[in-house]
This record gives sequence, C-alpha cells and structure tokens, in this order.
Amino acid sequence: MAQDALAVQDSYEVLGKELLRRIHSLMVGARVLEERLIKMSKSGDGFFWIGGPGEEAFNVPLGLQVKKGSGLEFDYLHLHYRSSAILLSMGAKPIDSIRQMRSVATDPYSKGRNFVNHAAIPEWNVVPMSPTIETQYSTVIGTGIAQARTKTDAISIVNGGDGGTAEGDFHSCLVWSNRPALPLPILIIVVNNGYAISTAEETQHGERQISDWGRVFNMSAKTINGNDPVESYLAIKEAMAYCRKERKPYLLEAKTSRLNGHSSSSGANRLQEPDCISLFEAELKKRGLMTPDEISRVWDEALKSIDYDHQQVKSEPFPKPETIWEDVFAEGLPESYPTKGGS
Amino acid sequence: MANMAQAIRLALHYGEENLGVKEIFGEDVGAPLGGVFTATQGLKNAWNSPLDERGIVGAAMGLAWAGSRPVAEIQFVDYIFNVIDLLKLCGNAHWTSAGRYKTPMVIMTPTGSGIHGSVYHSHSFDSIASKIHGMKVVCPSTPLDAYGLMISSIKDDNPVLFLKPKALLRTKGEELIPGEPADEKELKAAIDAPIGDRSQWKPNWPKVQEYAVPIGKAKISKPGKDATVVTHGRMAPIALEAAKEMLSSQEGDVEVIDMRSLIPYDWAAIRDSIRKTGRVLFLNEESEISNFGEHLFRRTIDELFYELKTRPRLLCGKATPGISLSPQLEYFTVPQKADVLRALKEVLSDA
Repeated sequence: MAQDALAVQDSYEVLGKELLRRIHSLMVGARVLEERLIKMSKSGDGFFWIGGPGEEAFNVPLGLQVKKGSGLEFDYLHLHYRSSAILLSMGAKPIDSIRQMRSVATDPYSKGRNFVNHAAIPEWNVVPMSPTIETQYSTVIGTGIAQARTKTDAISIVNGGDGGTAEGDFHSCLVWSNRPALPLPILIIVVNNGYAISTAEETQHGERQISDWGRVFNMSAKTINGNDPVESYLAIKEAMAYCRKERKPYLLEAKTSRLNGHSSSSGANRLQEPDCISLFEAELKKRGLMTPDEISRVWDEALKSIDYDHQQVKSEPFPKPETIWEDVFAEGLPESYPTKGGS
Repeated sequence: MANMAQAIRLALHYGEENLGVKEIFGEDVGAPLGGVFTATQGLKNAWNSPLDERGIVGAAMGLAWAGSRPVAEIQFVDYIFNVIDLLKLCGNAHWTSAGRYKTPMVIMTPTGSGIHGSVYHSHSFDSIASKIHGMKVVCPSTPLDAYGLMISSIKDDNPVLFLKPKALLRTKGEELIPGEPADEKELKAAIDAPIGDRSQWKPNWPKVQEYAVPIGKAKISKPGKDATVVTHGRMAPIALEAAKEMLSSQEGDVEVIDMRSLIPYDWAAIRDSIRKTGRVLFLNEESEISNFGEHLFRRTIDELFYELKTRPRLLCGKATPGISLSPQLEYFTVPQKADVLRALKEVLSDA
C-alpha cells in the first residue's frame, strides 16, 4: 500500500502542476459541454443525445498526447460518439458540438445530417465517425497499413467501448494488426464502462478482462483505471511510445464510469457512479495544487462560455432542404440522378 | 485478344504504374494464386489478406482516407453480405462528413451466375448495390470495357463497386486494349502465370495505354429502330446475340444498350432509345422484387408513357432463395437466350 501511494505521488510530480491544472480545466469543459448537450436533448433544442460524461479522465490525457495534423506523418483517429473530450483536448470548439446537436446549417461536421458527437476533421486526421458500433476498428486497419508503409513515428488510434468488442470488427482489428506479414502501429483502445447499452458486461463477457485478448497474439496490453487522469496519462504515454517506436499494436483497456447512461434513449439521467472529476479535484485540493475557489472559477468560466456559445447557435439558421443533394458524390450530382422521390 | 480477367489485370498494372495504386488485396489475391479468377496475377502490389471481408473493406476505407487509392477484392459477391454496413459507410462518408472526406477506393468482386456455382457462388448484387447511395456501381460485359472502367474506377474520387460477371471473366473480346499484343498467345506467355512452381516467375507486361470508359456512360452495342433492350453484365452478350439473330431472321431490328454503369446510370441514352423505338425490354440476371430494372421500368412509365407503343417488359431472375446447382434448375431460374428471344418477340409483336 505504502509503495502504491508513493507511486501515485510520483506520478503527479511527473505531470507537474501546470499540466494537471490544464487537464482539469479540459475535463470540466468537456463535462459542461456534455451536460449542456443533454439539456438540449431534453428541452427540444435538439434530438438524440449520445456522449461520454464519465470518460474525461481518460479521454483528455489521450487528446493531449495525439500527434495532431493532416497526412501520414500525423496520428489518425478512429473515434466514436463518447470521444468529445478527446477532440476538445485537441482544440475542437465546443460551439461546433452544440451546432451538431441543434442540427443547424453551420454544423461543420455533417451540415445537420448526423447525430451529435459525430465529427470528421481532415485537418487533424479525425476520420468520419459513425453511429454504427465498432466499425472504426475495421477502418483503423487501413490507416494502420498506410502508416506501416511510411517512415514515420505517427500511429493510428482507435477508440470504442467494451460492448463493441463482441463485434467481429474488434477481432478483425486484432488479427490484421498482428499479421506477421505486416504488423500495424495501432493503439487499440477499449474504454470499459461496464455496460453495452443497458446490458451489464459481466452477463455477456466471459473474458477475465478485455486486455487478455492481447495474450492470444502475444501483443502488449494493459488494463488501467480510466477514472484516474494521471494513471491514464502515463499509460497512454507508454502505449503510444511503444506503437511509435516498435511499429506494432498495443491494446489498452481503460475502466471508467458511465455517468449518464448510454444515451437519451435511457433518459441520460445522472447515475450514482464514481465521478472522475470529483475524485481528481479532491486529489488536487489535497495536494495543494488547486484551491476550492480556483476549481469553482474553472466551472463558472466553462458554464459562461457554454451559455455564450449556446446563445450564438440559437441565432444560426437551419439547413435548407435542398442541401440533401450536396456531397452525395464527390463531384456533385449527375444530371440524370433521380431527385423527385418517386413519380 | 485478352479475356476479361486479363483485361482487369492489365488495367490494375496500368494503375500501379501510372495512377498511384499501391495496395491491391483480398483473399488469395497475391502470389501464388493471383485471384481465384487470375485477375491479379503478377501484380507487384497485390497481396493476400486474412479471410475476413470486414477487414478487407475496412482496410480499403482507411487506406482511402489516408490518401491511397486501394483496390480490394471480395472473392465472390456472395461473401459481401456481411459487410453491408461498411459499404453503407463507404457510400455515406462524403455526405455525413459535410463533404470533407473523400473515399477513393475500388471494391471488385465477381457477380452473377453461369459457372454452376450453386447457392453461394451465383448471387447477383446489382439491386442491393444500387441502394448503397453515394457509391458508384459499374459492371462491364467486354474485356475492353472492363479495362476502361477499371481505369476510371481507380481515378474516381468516390467508392466504386466494380462487379465482374463471373461467367464472362474467361471470355475474349473483339477489340484490342491499347498496347495489347495482337497475338493472344504472346499475351498469355507474357502475363499468365505458369502451372506449377511460380516462385521465380515474373510477368513481362506489355506497354498498355490509358483508356477510360467514363462512369455513367452506356454503350449502344447494336443500333436498332424497332425495340430497345436495356441490359448489362452477363446478359449483355446474350442480348446482343439475340438481337443479331432476330435481325438476320428479319424478325426485328433491336437496339442493345449495355449500361456498363448502374450508378450513376445513363438515363439520357436509355430515354433517347426508347423515344426512338417506343418498345423496351429491361434485362438482367438479378432476381425479381425490387429489381434494379423495376426502377428503370417505373421511370420509363413516368417520363415516357405517351411515347411508348406497348407496355415495357422486364426479364430477370426468379425470386428464389438462391440459384440451384442442377443446370435444369439454374437455367429455369436465370434468363437464357431462348427467354430473351421470346421476350423480345413479345415486345415487338404487341400492337
């Protein structure tokens, strides 16, 4: 116990005060955004909500360590709908999530076509996010191949949940990234919040832990406490360093809470699970790294900023109906394409 | 003359050398087999994947998003059903990403019946493919068109599903591919892998030239004035043969439109021909009920009703759960030449 405590203390020192406070601020910003998006779904200011409150302690340290940019020299991200904190930590603007939630014409990710938390950002190699479960574990194979063929330290990162690991795509990813003919530099992340929509993991999964799949392939793998941002930061750092240098895959399982259920389909109400932000704040206060006043200020500023963004989005127009014909094909719609919707 | 498998191989070679194709992959696509129909034999960038269709399509999508122009193969279209959601993502990625991500990739796959392939090697996929909006769908019926369509598919910025009619992959064309040696034995010696040990074999590629068949452009394989048959893929040569027979027996002058592209399709060519003849038969080997020909049929009724001399016809496969192995059953399920002749005579004889 004493040794563990010492290790934790050392970890905080490794990250340093400035980074810890930055992580905290981003975690709060992500939480405030998701809570606003939930409110919007409940008040008719948007439809379906799905997102990742409770995953901030893992997702913020991940987003901060991405090699961000466009093209093979930078990391590719195959994310899913609980990844907002990753994107915010990379510099995404909260207002763009609010735009997608309200399905306005200014939604930069999908022009009002897709659910909230479904981004596509080519400038940062964030590939189109899909509401389908686990398909990102199949598409990551492709950017992984492209990067395995390139002299670079950039890697492909895939992020999804424990429920999706039952899908074939997860196993495709494991098989293809461990092919003796061409191992792939992929950081395979599974955020394990214990639930597949409403179904408890332990009723469906006989694996001792998901990271045990690594043993089958003799690949590097680890399970960590994803509710702890410091443990997460260091584990992600280690896993990324391995993929970047060895050009091989790494399976990282992060156990987290799921604070508002699966989506608005289950009410999105706050559940009694450990809150990674409260836990982190208690630790920051205990260590004298932040005062209660400073923490309050972070929350107040985040709320104020979200209020401002939300008001702005309310003044923005909804998409024009005929915009459905934009982007069907890369070069525009062929003249003969049927557009009447029947006779 | 090259057969269709050789023509596709030559187009992929052209793609490797001139169009930046760095990844050609799928089940048994690399050495030693070079594809179950030999369409990828000897290609320098062809490699074998695990037997995993989801991984194949996912890999192609990721490669496309990473700026590559991959060509992936699904060994038989019958195996494509378990990747239908990934195909949907292929088709919609440009649209759902507000036009920010292009997905330039080709999935090629043998389709249709005619090789005694039984329940799981005889499927057609045309109609389902046409419902994956945002994806282009092409299906050649001659080696030269296969060559030209593959080059266009590789160059296209959209995902393209390249349907290869199984029964036509070994058929030879009547037109030379630009740069193809005139002597087919010379071509075979140059690019077909030997039987037996192939470990030291290397192809001696002819200098083939750029030749693009535009996607979305049909071909009038035989002009005619009395009736129109709109078809593609395996049924195209059957329709052409039937039309030629009818002309020589003075039973009618039938115009044959080989669509070549299903999505987008060349409505102008179809419309102009029907306006000219007033009679039309839609012909394909896909099964009835939500058949792609039924869409064209409906559009014809909507837009050309008063220009028709008789009701349009559709001749297609029967809506059974699969194609049977017994030739008697297969031939009864999928249109044969005699069925095409019968249908054309009916269209022509209506007052």
